[in-house]
Amino acid sequence: MSRILILTALMLLASVGYAQDVSRGDIRGLDEQIQDVKKDVINLTAELSQLEEKLLFPSNTQASFFVSITEPEGFSLESVELTLDGEVVAHHLYTYREIEALQKGGVQKIHVANVQSGSHPLQVRYMGKTDSGREVSGQASYAVEKKVGPKFVEIQIAGAKSAINFKDW
Amino acid sequence: MFPRLAPTVIGAALASLASIPAAIAIDRSQDDLKDLFFGAAMYEAYQGEHFDAIVSLDTELAQYRRLDQPELDPFTAHYGEAEFSVGDLELSYRMHREAGRAIEAVLKGDVPRPVRNEAAYRLARIHYHKQQPRNALHALEMIEGRVPERVRAREQFLRARVYMELGRFSEAVELLEDLQGEEELDGFVEYNLGIALLKAGEQAEGIAELTALGKRSSSDSAKQALYDKTNLMLGSRLMEAGELELARPYFDRVHLEGPFSNRALLGAGWVEARAGRFDRALVPWKMLQKRKHTNEAVQEALLAVPYAYGKLNVHSTAAVNYGHALDVFGEEVDTLTASIESIREGKFLEALRRKEADQVKNWVVTLRSIPGAPETHYLLDLMASNDYQEFLRNYRDLNDLHERNAEWLKSLRAFESIIAERRAYYEPLLPGLDEKFRALDARIKLRTEQRDTFAQRIDQMLVTRRPEHLAKTQERESLLRVQRIRALLDRQPSLVSEETKARVQRLEGILHWRLATEYDARLTEAYKHLQELNTEIGELQQVYNSYVRSRQAATHSYVGYDDTIRSLRARIEQVQPRIERLMARQGAMLEQMAINELEGRRARLESYQIKARFALADSYDRAHELQEQRADQRRIEEYQSRQAEQPATQDKPEPSADGEPLPQDTPPELEPDAAGEEAAQ
Repeated sequence: MSRILILTALMLLASVGYAQDVSRGDIRGLDEQIQDVKKDVINLTAELSQLEEKLLFPSNTQASFFVSITEPEGFSLESVELTLDGEVVAHHLYTYREIEALQKGGVQKIHVANVQSGSHPLQVRYMGKTDSGREVSGQASYAVEKKVGPKFVEIQIAGAKSAINFKDW
Repeated sequence: MFPRLAPTVIGAALASLASIPAAIAIDRSQDDLKDLFFGAAMYEAYQGEHFDAIVSLDTELAQYRRLDQPELDPFTAHYGEAEFSVGDLELSYRMHREAGRAIEAVLKGDVPRPVRNEAAYRLARIHYHKQQPRNALHALEMIEGRVPERVRAREQFLRARVYMELGRFSEAVELLEDLQGEEELDGFVEYNLGIALLKAGEQAEGIAELTALGKRSSSDSAKQALYDKTNLMLGSRLMEAGELELARPYFDRVHLEGPFSNRALLGAGWVEARAGRFDRALVPWKMLQKRKHTNEAVQEALLAVPYAYGKLNVHSTAAVNYGHALDVFGEEVDTLTASIESIREGKFLEALRRKEADQVKNWVVTLRSIPGAPETHYLLDLMASNDYQEFLRNYRDLNDLHERNAEWLKSLRAFESIIAERRAYYEPLLPGLDEKFRALDARIKLRTEQRDTFAQRIDQMLVTRRPEHLAKTQERESLLRVQRIRALLDRQPSLVSEETKARVQRLEGILHWRLATEYDARLTEAYKHLQELNTEIGELQQVYNSYVRSRQAATHSYVGYDDTIRSLRARIEQVQPRIERLMARQGAMLEQMAINELEGRRARLESYQIKARFALADSYDRAHELQEQRADQRRIEEYQSRQAEQPATQDKPEPSADGEPLPQDTPPELEPDAAGEEAAQ
């Protein structure tokens, strides 16, 4: 009995996971078909997204707002609120993954609006924390000058400095 | 055992390394971002939203490639990085072929040498992931000169791993020795170096390298798991080689709370058992016995504990433990049978499709909490294998694609409804608006023509003095009248007096005088009027343009979508059954593998049950035999004491014939506390 147990123990210690009863050829064939369908759906989604944007946010009225962090060291963004033409249009609470993505330099598209040509007041408020736990908040206003083409405004939050800059793209 | 274990361990180590994110952070303090949409795509990529990031980057790249002068576009600054990122993302999204194509496109392009080298490295990585080491090496051989500094260490590490896959261990050792001290590869280099040395036949050096790694300790659970795995592997290897005294410390070094602790406790017990020290073997095994019964090592310990008691001749305790093992095995066999049934009913795939699984870190384990779902603890090892992980992710990817498409189909219906509403609103309004527009258009044309004539005259007058052009209406009429009078006078000179002629001349003179003297002022005035007219026409033009844009926007908001929507819907409807078929095939594969795994575990448990039943019966027999021997001994002693005519001392405990006390409980030296102290030493 001890020999059987030892043998079992050794097999157990050396357990290897692999596809059982499924041939490599089957796996490869299926994998390639899955890759093909993924590619097709990616292309399809790109076209559908463009159609959606054209239909819902035509360029003559589109105004898009983006959030980024310019000095991410030691700062975690917790929430951002956007008020456009006196109305709160976006209020976002950040997840850990979103904070990390912003800290790496990613830019979040926080809101897309349809507005007429002309000037539109924008207020931005944010809250965050430093690594030491100190709460940081800031707010700033900006006049969004909408012209004929689409408008892209980047809201740059300068981390713990409580500063917000706006950049027209 | 070692040759089988090593690839698994290496695979796991490499899989962990592969998860090091390849995308480079954008340094905003240096204002590195030149294209907002590239930043937005990377926001998705940094969050692991591979699909969305690929869609965004693909769209950006396609738009960029369509530009007439792409070099003037700000996206140029990110073009190379975007190409690489798409490749990386496609690799993470398990689209190896596309990733390979993207990188091969970079290699074929006219790009600087460092970019080409990096592309070759990335292509090699793809081949390596596809388990094609020869192709990986071929790609690495395309590298000429140095690769960019930020991927240098990884490139060298990949090269070493490729050499190992191809059996070129000495070359791998050389590269890995050079890599020692690289912070981002800390632990992985040492592990692979140890393995490569062992494989290259340098046993002592390999063991020394791995021992040094195993002696490390870290608060980082992933690193600690690597150290534990190293110790487990070395301990098992030495035990197999019969080096029992050397093997035990390796098992002891494995952390008791880590993922390898069960196997290490089992191994530690077997080292002692093989050395004949069954009392010591019981220490780790009894710890293991109390752990989760779904674990293979624990299940084996349930048999190993009574086996050791039997060897120590504590047969009654052995029998009790065999009984306990049988109870546990029975329950687990029932659980496994129910789990297999639940998989066959499709509950497993149903659980995999649930969205909340994404939100939970250890989602595989949490599947079991779903009513009717199988006992996933039994599937952990299977699910940890690379193949199964790929299948699981592919299945979930397909499910995600199917759901996305279903949402798009709903959206398309919503779009059609929006379009119909817009058509219903605009179409009745447009004829009236067009009427007004035509009137406005006529006005603008008239004003523009007037303006053009006026401007032309002013331009002429700046070159040639033409006072009559600046005459007012009354003056112009007066001049005409004077001209008519003069013509009349010329036809009948006999009727005209000198005085009349003088008067006509005077009148004419006055008019010319006025026009001549006021010419400059009038020209200035006219110029001002022209400016005003221009302003007025500009304003009219703005209204005109605004109207044209609004008219176009109104039309564009509902015209020209029907064909696009119809075509996109047809494509979605075409792709959905394909996804369903692939999901069914991938799902069947997952189910079959899970059922095979569970059936294997159940078969093993059933064989354990048989062994336990025989061993239980054997233990009872031996315990019974022992009891009979003791009874005989007692009778002999009673007889002897009577013979000696000495009064029997009833309070004293009677020694047993073989010196063994009756097995009432666990022997004190085998108590868990004592065991704990021993293990700590």
